Amino acid sequence: MATTTTDDVLGYDEALTTFDPVMGLEVHVELGTRTKMFCGCATEFGAEPNTQVCPVCLGLPGALPVVNEIGVESAIRMGLALNCSIAQWCRFARKNYFYPDMPKNFQTSQYDEPIAFDGYLDVEIPAATGEGTEIFRVEIERAHMEEDTGKSLHVGGATGRIQGAEYSLVDFNRAGIPLIEIVTRPIAGAGERAPEVAKAFVGALRDLLRSLEVSDLKMEQGSMRCDVNLSLRAKAGDDPTSPEQLAVPLGTRSETKNVNSLRSVERAVRYEVCRHAAVLTSGGSVLQETRHWHEDTGVTTSGREKSDADDYRYFPEPDLVPVAPSREWVEELRSALPEPPALRRKRLLGEWGFSGLEMRDVINAGAIELIEATVAAGAKAQSARKWWLAEPSRRANTEGVDLATYAEQVGITPEHVAELESLIVAGRLNDKMARQVLEGVLDGEGAPTVVADARGLELVQDDGALEAAVDTVIAANPDVADKIRGGKVQAAGALIGQVMKEMKGQADADKARAIILTKLGVEG
Amino acid sequence: MADLTRDDVAHLASLARIDLSDAELDTMVGELASIISSVAAVQQAPIDGVEPMSHPMPIVNVTRPDEVRASLTPEAALAMAPASEIERFAVPRILTED
Ligand SMILES: [Zn+2]
Repeated sequence: MATTTTDDVLGYDEALTTFDPVMGLEVHVELGTRTKMFCGCATEFGAEPNTQVCPVCLGLPGALPVVNEIGVESAIRMGLALNCSIAQWCRFARKNYFYPDMPKNFQTSQYDEPIAFDGYLDVEIPAATGEGTEIFRVEIERAHMEEDTGKSLHVGGATGRIQGAEYSLVDFNRAGIPLIEIVTRPIAGAGERAPEVAKAFVGALRDLLRSLEVSDLKMEQGSMRCDVNLSLRAKAGDDPTSPEQLAVPLGTRSETKNVNSLRSVERAVRYEVCRHAAVLTSGGSVLQETRHWHEDTGVTTSGREKSDADDYRYFPEPDLVPVAPSREWVEELRSALPEPPALRRKRLLGEWGFSGLEMRDVINAGAIELIEATVAAGAKAQSARKWWLAEPSRRANTEGVDLATYAEQVGITPEHVAELESLIVAGRLNDKMARQVLEGVLDGEGAPTVVADARGLELVQDDGALEAAVDTVIAANPDVADKIRGGKVQAAGALIGQVMKEMKGQADADKARAIILTKLGVEG
Repeated sequence: MADLTRDDVAHLASLARIDLSDAELDTMVGELASIISSVAAVQQAPIDGVEPMSHPMPIVNVTRPDEVRASLTPEAALAMAPASEIERFAVPRILTED
């Protein structure tokens, strides 16, 4: 399938002069349970194909499913963290469809009785004024329990994707792994900030669920997957939250599947706004269809139109008994929920003493947890912030992944950053050398001390060499030296630069300054 | 209830991925219609004031602990398949992309 598109797109700003975007987000989260939702097969990622399968998850006749208690518990905890009501009584349902990745020919899911419903998640986005942040409330329609499908490999086609494939090879290790699907209500009122709200929601959801420790939430590995629904409606004035605007009926929506990074969520919303706007302004109508997101080209392409095949003929799953969580259990789970990440952030940022601007940069970089762990490893908060937001953050951006993911990919840890800082505090490295060491760590050369040793980076501790360099520089710059003697202390900067050059950068600038001033009889 | 039409049967056949010839469709319309009308007798049951039931046993919350149990070996699992390749089930090609 080609990843180029012939779809016309309108400029984003132009689209927003005529239209108001409304979004709906569906997020699938694979739970980190040891076993599958309805059988005792293991759920290890990357196991050899079809080694984690049994009669239940292969859908063999007569096999009977039994619900994983941790699956239910996780679903309830997620619902509670999302401020949802928890069903008194609910059932599983069969979602019937024929596709080779689902050997039972139905997916066990929930239909009109989700375990959790009517919640919300407050997300923090940069304020419209550009100063500070503001809260945008995303309403949650439901969170329900279901199971994942198998993985297909398509063989024999020219393109390697499904179309044109001669046959498919299926691994059912993933079939039956517990999934929780979280569905938002239509998100209206975000106006031009819709892409940012979408990204912030998925990010906040990931942080929240991470705090619950229910899933590893790796978007790249598919344990958290996002579908983006988008529609446009006519704009009714400048305020996207006005009653007039909210009263305008919704347009036809497209559903973009498997948008698997925070950045892609933002880009996919933006792209679909531009594409819908082009269709609508040229007098066409938007098709209600599934779209595929292409990470490389940043566009969506048409999947298939909604059709008869979406007639899932849901009915209650007769092989499973209803789930009726007692109110005592629900309250017990509620009282044991961890501190919500948003509150925790507020507390941490207070403890760290960051400015509003610094705080925003830290949030945007997704660096809170890393800084927290770095501080726990012994670094000062400001140093931790400085190092994480420097080269690691820059490289993560270039790679198009979030900082935590990037850190994991290249193997840099909070302990590394704390170690780097300790080398500076101990006087072994100056800032410039520390930057080189950090690059070495990011390039996979090892821990900071190892990199510094290997690259021979070490401040010259020998004061004799430094004093000799200062003498040389003073002798070469009698005019500047006189100025300093005369009280123009700031002129020392020019000499320090030359001393550092003499020392090939391997000197402590503060110490050089002190020696210069002493030699010239001035008090720093 | 409304009569079963030829289109209904064609729709069901397509959902079930069953290829039916025109002649088979005609036969199925008649046969399915008679099956449905036989089963429709249950609609005469007096159900006023009867709660819908989804399970014959009045039980809830049957769960199991999250403990790994032995799976089948891949050989055993794949032995049941008409075809397999590189430890995977080989299935007919999928016609439309999803
Ligand atoms: Zn199984």
